Amino acid sequence: MPVTNKKNIKKSNTIKLKFDTGWSYAPAPESKSSASFNKQYDLFINGEWVNPLSHKYFDTINPANEEKLAEVAEANAADVDRAVKAARNAYEKVWKKMPAKERAKYIFRIARMIQERAREFAIIESMDGGKPIRESRDFDIPTAANHFFYYAGWADKLEYAFPNRNSNSLGVAGQIIPWNFPMLMAAWKIAPALATGNTVVLKPAETTPLTAMKLAEVIRESGLPEGVVNIVSGGGATGAAIVNHPDINKIAFTGSTEVGKLIQRAVAGTNKKVTLELGGKAANIIFEDAPIDQAVEGVINGVYFNQGHVCCAGSRLYVQESVAKELIRKLRDRIETLIVGDPLDKNTDIGAINSRQQLDTIHKYLKIGKDEGYQMYESSCSLPAKGYWCRPTIFTDVAQSARIAQEEIFGPVLAILTFRTDDEVIQKANNTPYGLSAGVWTDKGSKIFNMTKRMRAGVIWANTFNKFDPTSPFGGYKESGYGREGGLHGLLPYVNLSN
Amino acid sequence: MPKTGMLTTIPDFTLTPRIDQVGAEERASRFTKRSIKKEAKVNGLKLVLNMIDLTTLEGKDTEGKVKQLCYKAMHLHDALPGLPAVAAVCVYPTMVKTAKNALKGSGIKVASVATGFPSGQASRDVKIRDTRYAVDNGADEVDMVISRGKFHAGEYNYVFDEIAAVKEACGEARLKVILETSDLITFDKIRRASDIAMYAGADFIKTATGKIQPPSSMPVALIMIEAIRDFYYKTGKMVGMKPAGGISKAKVALHYLVMVKEVLGEAWMNNHWFRFGASSLANDVLMQIMKEKTGVYQCASYFSID
Repeated sequence: MPVTNKKNIKKSNTIKLKFDTGWSYAPAPESKSSASFNKQYDLFINGEWVNPLSHKYFDTINPANEEKLAEVAEANAADVDRAVKAARNAYEKVWKKMPAKERAKYIFRIARMIQERAREFAIIESMDGGKPIRESRDFDIPTAANHFFYYAGWADKLEYAFPNRNSNSLGVAGQIIPWNFPMLMAAWKIAPALATGNTVVLKPAETTPLTAMKLAEVIRESGLPEGVVNIVSGGGATGAAIVNHPDINKIAFTGSTEVGKLIQRAVAGTNKKVTLELGGKAANIIFEDAPIDQAVEGVINGVYFNQGHVCCAGSRLYVQESVAKELIRKLRDRIETLIVGDPLDKNTDIGAINSRQQLDTIHKYLKIGKDEGYQMYESSCSLPAKGYWCRPTIFTDVAQSARIAQEEIFGPVLAILTFRTDDEVIQKANNTPYGLSAGVWTDKGSKIFNMTKRMRAGVIWANTFNKFDPTSPFGGYKESGYGREGGLHGLLPYVNLSN
Repeated sequence: MPKTGMLTTIPDFTLTPRIDQVGAEERASRFTKRSIKKEAKVNGLKLVLNMIDLTTLEGKDTEGKVKQLCYKAMHLHDALPGLPAVAAVCVYPTMVKTAKNALKGSGIKVASVATGFPSGQASRDVKIRDTRYAVDNGADEVDMVISRGKFHAGEYNYVFDEIAAVKEACGEARLKVILETSDLITFDKIRRASDIAMYAGADFIKTATGKIQPPSSMPVALIMIEAIRDFYYKTGKMVGMKPAGGISKAKVALHYLVMVKEVLGEAWMNNHWFRFGASSLANDVLMQIMKEKTGVYQCASYFSID
């Protein structure tokens, strides 16, 4: 008769799966031979590589082994001024006057060249930033190319983007991008600016400047008129010089809420247009009628994608109490199968933490979580001896008032909270200074629409998480910033509309 | 339909977990991104060989054909010593005796399809007798098909009872329950049928007969593997998995192995709990093993067709 065989039957709560199997994957490292970069990079101003007036260079290292990859010029205020002048000159003399369909050709060309050199970009992105090659190869670089393709298409169709209005370019855009998606963020910023007829001064992040330097090479080879895109590397002071430069018309910033607030103060009283894409602490909400196994994957992709260095990461998980036990068990088993290690290995799921500083931040929060008394589970995987690493980690039974549930950790750390009713979870999900993204998991369509209507977040994913497309706008509520990037909406911050 | 007097409470099958197809397909595609190289590839391929149910299920099967297949099962590629044998040979009930004799002493199991394979459109009585006939002739394993018509009509009790009855008729033989997923179509239904089969006493659940198109896919197998895992979580009882139909390439077989490793883990990584139902997979695996050994692909003519 069914299920009456008593041998080998254990109590349900003692059952555990063992993923350390006799059959294991051999190392499958991506070859570095198809990627080359210089030992030293200068500033890319007016279509040329120029020595920094600061005479200073800083090192960029590989976070997976702490070895120096290259040194990069540190732009000071005088360098930034030079770049802005070049951008202004190119704007007035060339770019502003160029027919839109001609502008589009350059953007298309850049997109194609990124595609052609995708492998090289992916390898360098993984070396400089620590992200797994699977992600840089399958997500970062293709999506970056797609952004250029997408906005190239808009360049000569702006009259359809804004019907019955005239759209006028702004002038020089100062753009400051973060270290979590270096190449992709460069594309998000540069592509719509060029499509709408603006010129650019872009500052890549201090820890991840290399793909921006390679992008400068592509831009140079593409024949884009000199000075239309200028790339100046540096740290916070360089960024401040861009923000404070009087001849910049528009600031686009992606980064921390803290710096975003500084920028807002700095531009107050000026004519500069601003978009800010800042931090987040996304609520990912799982109802009892959700497809649980797919929700588990959504949670994994939501919080462990790019080592959790994602502003829209689903780092606050709300699970309906009736399924919390089952879900946590599955999550615990799932993190055991995540492969942590060499970013260049094709089988790696979680790469290196981007910098020593970020690793310290994550460790600080792990300690806070433990001190707050929450149950912590981490994967049992071993970590490489050198480099910056963090195991995928889960905190359970977390309270709304816990710091690990309120503050952005920006690492592979998940806080799990439980709820009972729809109203309760909406209230809790909105109970945050942030509002960048959220996720809802349920089998019921009407519930999805009810939730998405009442939640205050720029992007809400239903039965999926962390999905991006150039056609879709992205941006936040509250302290997650303002303005939208991507899609038709992403054109608006780069134009003045008139009748 | 809760039943009493059994070790495990039988759940209401109308409430089996819902599946999001887009998410399931995305998850399944992640397994195919694993890079399996060098010794991992060779070890994996040998494991695959050892998990194969070498199959012939044709109207034109003869004793001669079955005997040749059995010889192949025991001598996959004598040019390369040290290869494992396949797990089983899978035939129609009328060929069980022939296969049993041919495989005597080899340790290779004889599996027989039964219960009005492949349509399952036969009376309960005929299905039971079909099963007994196979077992009486020496089948170590029985591959039954479920009544898909009854399943679609919502008669889950009927489907459940039929599987339980066939299980009883199997005696010591292990029962593989074929869901014929391409007849069930939706992932929700595939999950529900998996649960019914396991609670009714299946030792294995199996995707397909291989007789209808499209063949089963990795996402489908994933749904079933996750059902097996959930059943194990709840009851502590292990159930085996057998994807069948359409798996003819070594690379695809390795993807399945990745899936088993990362969803079920070590306990299922052997031919007691995992099988491939395939007729042409073995030769591609052999060709790949030879390639790893010699560095070059050999012509297909070097590998025997049976």
